[in-house]
Amino acid sequence: MPESSPVSPLAPLSGQVMIEMEAVHKWYGTFHVLKDINLTVQKGERIVICGPSGSGKSTTIRCINRLEEYQRGRIVVDGHELSNDVKQIEQIRREVGMVFQHFNLFPHLTVLENCVLAPIWVRKLPRKQAEDIAMRYLERVKIPEQAKKYPGQLSGGQQQRVAIARSLCMNPKIMLFDEPTSALDPEMIKEVLDTMVTLAEDGMTMLCVTHEMGFAKTVAHRVIFMDGGEIIEQNAPQEFFTNPRSERTRLFLSQILHH
Amino acid sequence: MSATHVPHPDLPPPSSTIGALGWLRRNLFSSPLNVALTVLAVYLLAISLPPMLRWALFDATWSGDSREACTANSGACWIFIKVHFGQFMYGFYPEAQRWRVDAVVLLLIIGAAPLFISSVSNPLKVRLGLGLLLLYPLLAFMLLHGGLFGLTPVDTRQWGGLLLTLVIAGVGMTAALPLGVLLALGRRSKMPAIQTLCVTFIEFWRGVPLITVLFMSSVMLPLFLPTGMNFDKLLRALIGVTLFQAAYMAEVVRGGLQAIPKGQVEAAAALGLGYWKTMALIVLPQALKLVIPGIVNTFIALFKDTSLVLIIGLFDLMNIVHSATTNPAWLGFSTEGYVFAAAVYWLFCFSMSHYSQSLEKRLHTGHKR
Ligand SMILES: Nc1ncnc2c1ncn2[C@@H]1O[C@H](COP(=O)(O)OP(=O)(O)OP(=O)(O)O)[C@@H](O)[C@H]1O
Ligand SMILES: [Mg+2]
Repeated sequence: MPESSPVSPLAPLSGQVMIEMEAVHKWYGTFHVLKDINLTVQKGERIVICGPSGSGKSTTIRCINRLEEYQRGRIVVDGHELSNDVKQIEQIRREVGMVFQHFNLFPHLTVLENCVLAPIWVRKLPRKQAEDIAMRYLERVKIPEQAKKYPGQLSGGQQQRVAIARSLCMNPKIMLFDEPTSALDPEMIKEVLDTMVTLAEDGMTMLCVTHEMGFAKTVAHRVIFMDGGEIIEQNAPQEFFTNPRSERTRLFLSQILHH
Repeated sequence: MSATHVPHPDLPPPSSTIGALGWLRRNLFSSPLNVALTVLAVYLLAISLPPMLRWALFDATWSGDSREACTANSGACWIFIKVHFGQFMYGFYPEAQRWRVDAVVLLLIIGAAPLFISSVSNPLKVRLGLGLLLLYPLLAFMLLHGGLFGLTPVDTRQWGGLLLTLVIAGVGMTAALPLGVLLALGRRSKMPAIQTLCVTFIEFWRGVPLITVLFMSSVMLPLFLPTGMNFDKLLRALIGVTLFQAAYMAEVVRGGLQAIPKGQVEAAAALGLGYWKTMALIVLPQALKLVIPGIVNTFIALFKDTSLVLIIGLFDLMNIVHSATTNPAWLGFSTEGYVFAAAVYWLFCFSMSHYSQSLEKRLHTGHKR
């Protein structure tokens, strides 16, 4: 499969490597879920991963912050190779934010408490400073007025924006998104995507599993198509959508674009 | 065209749905079956309540200080309780030293009061609570047991009555809950050695009756210990009760842990929180809140099970009341004694249950919709 160099439609990349996945294999029991995943992500690069259900998209990005173990290959994040050392894994997770499909906010804490928890307990910031930072990010995702509410009192779109703010409060170098909009009603999808676009404009390194092809076209440097645990094709969005090389990609695109 | 819209005025709800009448209709007379049940309940109350009240209140003897005073009335002889009250509360604790027990209770009330005041902030409550948990038992033991600072030593064999019940239940509860939490976490651990250890512990202690545990702790244990080495009977009972209740508590807590979605742990991990912080800040607060009813259930069972210490010759409230009813000078007043004991047990258990309900309401942030 020909490897295409990312053509940035938005900003030139520095060339500094943030994530390096080399020949990563993973099995669930005897089920070979990831097959020889090779992926290099540069600082500031924005990657969209798509593919049919069960193709291993979530598993791939969850390997990057070691929410999933892998049995073969190596992953280097920001210069540190992932190992089995718990302390080292925790250190890497501080630098890698993650946004989940079902938000996973902490329901027993207020929005503000959700946001300051990790900065206080992991980064050891004083509460006052952590709260200032949290309020700044809540303003950025446009819900500072909800700070004292509990997650259960917010709409889905608001909850997802809180989840994004919560990750940003750790000041991560990389953000992982696992289908951040697929649990949302259509009118809420836009508010979350808008938040992600502003994040992209600030130069955040982003890996995003999503089927929002409009988002991929405007924001991504590169689109990756996975099927059956393999990376089938990767290309700049323009090329990817207008001129897919593999038959499977073409089939997938026709399914999600025409209905 | 521009007719202004006149809002419809707010009307009062139909009188049949509000007020006392509405309440009666909704709750007592909503269906033929309910009407029948209501009538039956009123009838049962009507035949049982008056004799009960007559015995306990109207025909009862309240004043005097000997059993002769009771012969005139047909109702309860509360003098029996009055005469034995000190014994019921303190057991055989020397009368001159009983102020120390009162001081211990007073200290607890003063120390714990801020925890029940809603204007005290939560972090402060946590800090106060932990401080109390660490300091109070030491202080209470020093005061009760004495032997230091010129306080006359009072051997634990002399502790009894409600004092002993509260000591056993209090120590049992405060020690069994954290131990149970650790056991529950251990049972779900990914490390096989820890898991096996916890499962074995839990299944062993849940498999034997408390009465056996107490019996073994007082009769069997000394056989295995080197001669001359002997430790306090009360301490042995406390350890037995604690380990026994911890096993139950572990299973209650495990139920709560299982109800917490995996996403919560993953979100915490993704933020860089380690295992203990994830458990302490994210999982346990949610899990324990879910199982408050189960925890309180276990506490209440423990409170009442304390009376089993009779088997090893300790006299808690229940046993001391029982022994008073067999006192030859006061034969024939066992009803009064047991009613009194029941009332005291009920008061404590009901308070716990009531507090747990208010706690559940206060901690409710789910806002499910
Ligand atoms: N814990 C697990 N144990 C066994 N198999 C699993 C487990 N988690 C995922 N799988 C399997 O691994 C495959 C890849 O899962 P993954 O969640 O990565 O897919 P995905 O591409 O994210 O799909 P979706 O679009 O539905 O989220 C699926 O076939 C799934 O059934
Ligand atoms: Mg997925």
